[in-house]
Amino acid sequence: MADKVLIVGGGISGITAAVEAAEAGLEAVIIEKNTYLGGRVAQLHKYFPKLCPPYCGLEINFKRIKQNPKISFHTLSEVKSISGSEGNYQVTVQVNPGYVNEKCTCCNDCVAECPGERANDFNYGMDTTAAIYLPHEMSFPMRYVLDKNACGSGCTKCVDACKYGAIDLDMQARTVEFNVSSVVFATGWNPYDASKIDNLGFGVAKNVITNVMMERLAAPNGPTRGKIVRPSDGKEVKNIAFAQCAGSRDENNLDYCSSVCCMASLKQATYLRDCYPEDSKATIFYIDLRAAGKYEDFLMLVKADENVTMTKGKVAKIEEDPATGDVTVTVEDILGGGKVEATFDMVVLAAGMESAAKGANLPADLVYEANGFMDSKQKVAGLHACGVARWPDDVATSVQDGTGAALKSIQSNGGIPKTADAVEMSGGN
Amino acid sequence: MADPKLGVYICSDCGIGEALDTEKLENIAKNQYRIEVVKTVPFLCSQEGAQVIRDDINNEGVNKIVIAACSPRVNSDTFDFDPAQYITERVNVREHIVWSQLPAAVEEEPAQEAGTEAPAEASGDEAAAAAPAEAAPETAEEPAEAAKPAVNENTQEMAEDHLRMGIVRAQKSEPPEPVIEAVERTVLVIGGGAAGLTSALESAKAGYKAILAEKEAVLGGWAGKMYKILPDKPPFEDVKTPDIDEKIAAVQSHENITVLMEAHIDSIAGTPGQYDATISHNGSTETHRVGSVVMAIGWKPYDAGKLEHLGYGKFKNVVTNVEVEEMAAANNGTISKPSDGQQAKRVAFLQCAGQRDPEHLPYCSSVCCMTSLKQALYVTESDPDASAFIVYKDMRTPGLYENFYKAAQNNPGVMLTKGEIVSITEDATGNIILEIDNTILGEKVRIEADMLVLATGMVTNMLPEGAEKVTDLTPEYVGQWKETETQDGIIKEVIADPVVLNLAYRQGPELPYLKYGFPDSHFVCFPYETRRTGIYAAGAVRAPMTAMQSANDGVGAALKAIQCVELTSRGQSVHPRSGDESFPEINFTNCTQCRRCTVECPFGVLDEDEKGTPKTNTSRCRRCGTCMGACPQRIISFKNYSVDMIASQMKAIKVPEEDSKPRIVALICENDAYPALDIAGLNKIQTNPFYRFITMRCLGGTNLVWIADALSAGIEGFLLIGCRYDDDYQCHFVKGSKAASERLGKVQETLSRLMLEAERVTQVQLAMNEWDQLPKIMNDFAEQLKGFGPNPFKGF
Repeated sequence: MADKVLIVGGGISGITAAVEAAEAGLEAVIIEKNTYLGGRVAQLHKYFPKLCPPYCGLEINFKRIKQNPKISFHTLSEVKSISGSEGNYQVTVQVNPGYVNEKCTCCNDCVAECPGERANDFNYGMDTTAAIYLPHEMSFPMRYVLDKNACGSGCTKCVDACKYGAIDLDMQARTVEFNVSSVVFATGWNPYDASKIDNLGFGVAKNVITNVMMERLAAPNGPTRGKIVRPSDGKEVKNIAFAQCAGSRDENNLDYCSSVCCMASLKQATYLRDCYPEDSKATIFYIDLRAAGKYEDFLMLVKADENVTMTKGKVAKIEEDPATGDVTVTVEDILGGGKVEATFDMVVLAAGMESAAKGANLPADLVYEANGFMDSKQKVAGLHACGVARWPDDVATSVQDGTGAALKSIQSNGGIPKTADAVEMSGGN
Repeated sequence: MADPKLGVYICSDCGIGEALDTEKLENIAKNQYRIEVVKTVPFLCSQEGAQVIRDDINNEGVNKIVIAACSPRVNSDTFDFDPAQYITERVNVREHIVWSQLPAAVEEEPAQEAGTEAPAEASGDEAAAAAPAEAAPETAEEPAEAAKPAVNENTQEMAEDHLRMGIVRAQKSEPPEPVIEAVERTVLVIGGGAAGLTSALESAKAGYKAILAEKEAVLGGWAGKMYKILPDKPPFEDVKTPDIDEKIAAVQSHENITVLMEAHIDSIAGTPGQYDATISHNGSTETHRVGSVVMAIGWKPYDAGKLEHLGYGKFKNVVTNVEVEEMAAANNGTISKPSDGQQAKRVAFLQCAGQRDPEHLPYCSSVCCMTSLKQALYVTESDPDASAFIVYKDMRTPGLYENFYKAAQNNPGVMLTKGEIVSITEDATGNIILEIDNTILGEKVRIEADMLVLATGMVTNMLPEGAEKVTDLTPEYVGQWKETETQDGIIKEVIADPVVLNLAYRQGPELPYLKYGFPDSHFVCFPYETRRTGIYAAGAVRAPMTAMQSANDGVGAALKAIQCVELTSRGQSVHPRSGDESFPEINFTNCTQCRRCTVECPFGVLDEDEKGTPKTNTSRCRRCGTCMGACPQRIISFKNYSVDMIASQMKAIKVPEEDSKPRIVALICENDAYPALDIAGLNKIQTNPFYRFITMRCLGGTNLVWIADALSAGIEGFLLIGCRYDDDYQCHFVKGSKAASERLGKVQETLSRLMLEAERVTQVQLAMNEWDQLPKIMNDFAEQLKGFGPNPFKGF
């Protein structure tokens, strides 16, 4: 047995699968395509229902990774091929260059000299960074990366600025081979491309944003340092609407419910209310408010705020007033009857989660359901799926699922490896 | 460990060498602490830099390494000297000092007057411009340094104190020696429903043994009592014939699983890796050695007898969803009216019956929408002319379960509407009349049905039969309040009634619960966090969930149960200090049996004898140090974390005579406050220079003795920066932060004895992403202290 599991995806469920497996005794390697671990949750301002920062749990998990020699990871990496069978898979991974090596101390001197500029994908393009940048303040690994697409031709200013020799413009992609007993796919999700929803104005009306963008607007390390303002003119947002099921539960877009968007919008309503407690108002247009289990308490908490209104009705149309930038929402008010039109400073589309594995052409014989989520029971032994790769769900459930995947990977290994440091039953003392 | 030998290494890069007089730092180590190996190394985190340390380890015998450089959160693996052999103490002079303080001498008084968000570049430039005007005397005496701008005195002093504290911390630290004990690689699974069967089977498949204890005479739980079950495979559209029998057969035939039927857990004593579970079944009682426990005891239906306002018990043809399921299972899917036994042709379903209702169950039971959709199918499938009418508040079919909802919407026999019940009445024929308002149809609707099914909810089996309302439970356990008088005051606690585990633990026989009786994790990121190490709840006992979700939950719980045994076998802690080999040791000679430690431990680690003398149970311990903080006798210590260590750190702070240089101690939580300070530094946000940071595993370790000592030594005040406590607590050790706050309530007495203001000791709750608030919090507290005037003990 290879005594090792390879985990594709370094988001919260992949990290969990790795640390849980490794603490039980199996080696784990995480392959992450992004420049940092943490995945989508690293971009969230707060978790529902506790309104606590995701960084807090990530910090613990990163510590667990740092202190455990059984865990390794590669960022900027992708799986190229998988061959073999349960207990003995060969996995080829391509590690792409970030052009910054382990000598980086995060001193930031490079950024001061860099003339390049790039859209900041961490903030969903709502601001920019230099071509060389730290992905975000809590980035793990804590290391700068260079986006060569944003570099001027022949520019070496960052190299000259770095006294530690940490920047290597000639860094090449390299290939790493792993022998593992199983592969866990924790490939997670992408926000649904809201511009595909033709009636909701995303990409047309400037003040229509998506829920993931709202997370960044509210975050203290976001593009506006946590102040919720409109993209078009920087005006404070005092009157906001949330359009639920934007793309979800919609045969023309995502056929399923994305599970988290109701809770996310309730949470985001509190962001606005906290930002402008005196005079902000939020309206949530929904089909069904899905706050399962004890999440109901959070629904009740938000409902108790008289400045938050919840209206059952599907948003039919969103249009911009070009003069003011205000956004008019047309809703079929199911309970009140008839069509309702209302105008807001900004509208947040509660866009759904789409399986990131969909269309990713993962090099393995995996079974997917119609929407691109992976089956729990894969036909090939030793290939496991967990987290949102398997089912659109919230963080706690994805973590729970990642923990289960750790056990599956141990089973694929024929049990926990016998290591020198494990003490066998010997009578005790 | 071998004779302790310290080495001190100061990095001079990343602005440290410019902002600080590293020679003076070196001299402190050499002269004040008589340390021989003291070096300033440029780019210390490079391989060459780390090699300097490695060479000293090999050639000089250095085994306690003090590194004054960047945060250990950056380039952490460069200095990963074996913790079993070496003490590595990181003094974070870069993020916590140099990057968040003025780099060079300036004329203005720093920080206190400075804005909370002084832009980094601006302050740096001003500082550089102002620097030559005011040269500190030390540098002026050294011609070689003349070209360098003078360092800022406050920044330098801050670094010097932190270096002193780092040296002392290293001096007082020893590498932990793990307690290695034999472990039993067997998981005891309590409950033979979907979650429990899965836990047992998956544990066995991973090479462990499992004992499955089921209180009934049959396995399968609710999953075995269903006529049909919810879809559990793509496309999640159709109901299924129950397949729990396959899992039962797999469990029963597995050579590594022992099944105990009609079993009762008489007691579970011991610690993870070495529990002794005494179990009665079939008239005999046996004790089994097990390593860990999965508690999957499931749920019970809410008592419909309390739902008379919905017609239950009043009208014959009002039944619950559980009763309909039994009826369908017994009659091959046919639903008949209780009044006359005739097949029901028009069946109404009322969702959220006694749920989402503050008078009954305030929560949503998650599965009832799906269950009613399933049961509506029973109605239409057994008779094509029959119809079902579902009245809901919100149809909750999350994720891919939406497909099941759509399938029901496409069923012509099933009608669905959102609505609120106005009245439920019975007509002369026994039919049920529902009046509904706020429907999708926009008007009041009257439904005449043969029978009404109430979609009642799930109550955790952690609550005994006939327990009080879920909204009115005693905290943590069902039980009775009790007050115990001890030498150090009265202890008030709930004495818990036994329900299932019968733990022989000082803190009570059961897992503590959160709201509504669910012994769930409170952590979004850590759903298997448990208040009793080695014991994991799985399935509907911890939160309402479907059978499919319960089975999934059972897999994760099995992993945690196995992992706990494996970590225990290596003498290591489980999450969140995973892998920690240190553990609390008690010097019993001075124990007064005050019971503080046994009561305050968030994890029920410590037991006590009749007199109240504590007994440590290392493998239950999570290494937070709350016991250490609780102990008024200061007799609980870890090898690398102790009351004496932190007291000595405080004593190492040099308190200047000038009142313009107050010294404030900040005790900071290692997981949140520490990184928050890092991020403030990374953003070059200026913080108050008079603070001295001491890192805590958790604020729960705060011992009041430090406060009196430090205040007597001239420290102006204490700021405890830790995690949120109370209902939405974020403390990783559950109650550590809360325990600190409660202890601080008692410090008032000490302070008034010293004739000092109580507010000199203050705790703030800070989440990691609130780093931008740190300057204000720190300045406000410093201002408050200034208002009190200098500590009268200063200078004595």
